[in-house]
Amino acid sequence: MEKTLETMTADEKKNDLISKWLSPPGIKFNSPDAEKDYKARVQRILDAINLKKPDRVPVFPMMGFFPAYYAGYTPYDVMYDYDKLMSSFSKYVLDFQPDAHGSVTISPPGKLHDIVDYKLYAWPGHGVAKEHSYQCLEGEYMQANEYDALIDDPTLFFLTSFLPRTMGALDGLKMLSPFTNMTEMYGGFTGAAFVPLGLPPVQAALKAMLDAGNEALKWIGTVAGYGAAMASAGFPGFFGGGTKAPFDTIGDTLRGTRGIITDMYRQPAKLIRAMEQLTPIMVKMGVANARVNGCPIVFIPLHKGADGFMSDEQFKKFYWPTLKALIDGLIAEGCIPFPWAEGGYNSRLKVIKDAPKGKVIWGFDTTNMAEAKKILGDVACIGGNMSIATLSVGTPDDVKASVKKLVADCAKGGGYIMMSGAVIENVPPANVKAMIDATKEFGVY
Amino acid sequence: MAKDLSKALADLKEDEAVAIVKEKLNAGADPMGILNDAGKGMETVGARFSKGEYFIPDLVYSGEILKKINELVKPKLTGGGAAKTGGKVIIGTVAGDIHDIGKDIVVFMLDVSGFEVYDLGVDVPVQKFVDKIKETGAPTVGLSGFLTLAYDSMKQTIDAIKSAGLREKTKIMIGGGQITPEIVKYTGADASGKDAIEGVALARKWASVK
Ligand code: B12
Repeated sequence: MEKTLETMTADEKKNDLISKWLSPPGIKFNSPDAEKDYKARVQRILDAINLKKPDRVPVFPMMGFFPAYYAGYTPYDVMYDYDKLMSSFSKYVLDFQPDAHGSVTISPPGKLHDIVDYKLYAWPGHGVAKEHSYQCLEGEYMQANEYDALIDDPTLFFLTSFLPRTMGALDGLKMLSPFTNMTEMYGGFTGAAFVPLGLPPVQAALKAMLDAGNEALKWIGTVAGYGAAMASAGFPGFFGGGTKAPFDTIGDTLRGTRGIITDMYRQPAKLIRAMEQLTPIMVKMGVANARVNGCPIVFIPLHKGADGFMSDEQFKKFYWPTLKALIDGLIAEGCIPFPWAEGGYNSRLKVIKDAPKGKVIWGFDTTNMAEAKKILGDVACIGGNMSIATLSVGTPDDVKASVKKLVADCAKGGGYIMMSGAVIENVPPANVKAMIDATKEFGVY
Repeated sequence: MAKDLSKALADLKEDEAVAIVKEKLNAGADPMGILNDAGKGMETVGARFSKGEYFIPDLVYSGEILKKINELVKPKLTGGGAAKTGGKVIIGTVAGDIHDIGKDIVVFMLDVSGFEVYDLGVDVPVQKFVDKIKETGAPTVGLSGFLTLAYDSMKQTIDAIKSAGLREKTKIMIGGGQITPEIVKYTGADASGKDAIEGVALARKWASVK
């Protein structure tokens, strides 16, 4: 009898996800060659993660809106027209043949954010030129004195405070009663908790949520269709799911940089308590999507623990403990965490080395890669560092030289994946091609 | 209670610093003197950052404490603030980019190093830099940017400064997470600074040549 998830060990959960990634259920490959290529690509990535020598270094350029630009579209076009999203991102993969694709979720559904009157970002055609990517509008969407509210009941805080503040159309949600009041019939407990749902502002918010849900469904149809089409053509997706380090969850979109930094001094215990409270929630966020997508890799973009952002002491006190707990929690659920260290992580390498062998991918942006290999090489697969500046303004020969150097510095014995250090936007297509082709040329073991 | 405001601020002792300021104001001390002491404290913060003893959180927090002090002192202030002597610097995050953390650190360090800083904010249109150079005659301009689209915005900004006939009189430095020597060449800037300390060094160098 097959074991259920509840009774599986971490390794069994991981093997279950890996077997789904290697043989995606419901996918009919376009040809026997496509099937062979698909499996070889997944195996190549798995070997690198397991610190074994693959046949060659896998190459996975981290895409922003490059595929849209390449097809002659703007970010606005693909955020609002899912056919254009599908066709342009497919064209990129089929033309350039990377070892994996990064889905189309980098391009969020524009109309959905119109419907909810989203305040947290500016986006193409909505505060940003149609030719550019979206931008986060940092602010204090949670006040300094609201830690207790967040800690007591994170979901209620999101429902009645964070969502109404960041989505104008959901303003009515602030009138909601806690759903945890709906314990029973006696005393009208449940009846009373339903009262806000009869009020016009709440109903307007719910209506907006239904409309947003309809739009989300259209968009996710494209996301799923794209994943299936790429798999059928022989290209696996790299990401099972995504989540964030608890420090960044609070520092990026709840309190903002200035807010969280002052909290480090004025109310450090509350900040730490809140991060601990969010950790299991962040684990679940990553695991749930990995299971749905049948791929174990969970992306964790890291922002405010980079070199310079804080001292080593502060990193060890504020940033690392809950990131480590997140990584461990994901591993326990059979996932492969993929923390992506934006900026430099040179001063953090010794700290982040504390992980079980062959279970994590560490992606780097501007970190010194020879050092990263030296310090992390026997513990974790590393990836990244192909300079976004060179990809943007260099020549294909410059790119080729960088690839050659990275392979020399990082690929020895396996355990390296070629990736860009930052997401790729509007760069010359010849440079992206050079990055992929040069890896195929120099990266053979 | 220690009376040394500069030290309390430099050591990031918020409660102590605020208490000293209140005590001094109650005793009828000169508000300008208080601000001078605070300025000295901030200089120490900057110096510690340069030496790698302080990090961004320390700078931001010291800024928060200073804000509180200013709020207490301002109502008692009659004259203007102290004059800056280091020279003028215009700085901003270029058009299309709203990353402000790095720029704010550079502004902070220039400010505590005695420069008169004109901070144009984020997503700054090309023309605004040109207008500000004309208005202030600042010899140094700093362009900050973190997104790759900033490469082109920087180039366009520098081209516009050139077209306005101001390029000869203006030294331009650029910086931000993804700025490399290749980008200096691409944009036509004079130099890049990998951190705020290099930014201050460049501004000093350029202020002394003219
Ligand atoms: C923090 C951060 C954010 C914050 C921004 C908060 C804010 N208020 O600015 C948040 C979380 C909101 C954010 C969002 C996004 N970001 Co962002 N972000 C970063 C990150 C991790 C650090 C940037 C930063 O603030 N550093 C802090 C400073 C202090 O560090 P520093 O570089 O050492 O600073 C020194 C020098 O740069 C220098 N300096 C700076 N300016 C100047 C100017 C002069 C004249 C001089 C001399 C020196 C100088 O002095 C500074 C102080 O010593 C970078 C990674 C990176 N490598 O840059 C990505 C990065 C810039 N983001 C990126 C992206 C794509 C985004 C998003 C679009 C999506 C996403 N992936 O999250 C959104 C939207 C963009 C936006 N601005 O809203 C990409 C850009 C890629 C590209 N091709 O353009 C990057 C490079 C990440 C990556 N590796 O892909 N981001």
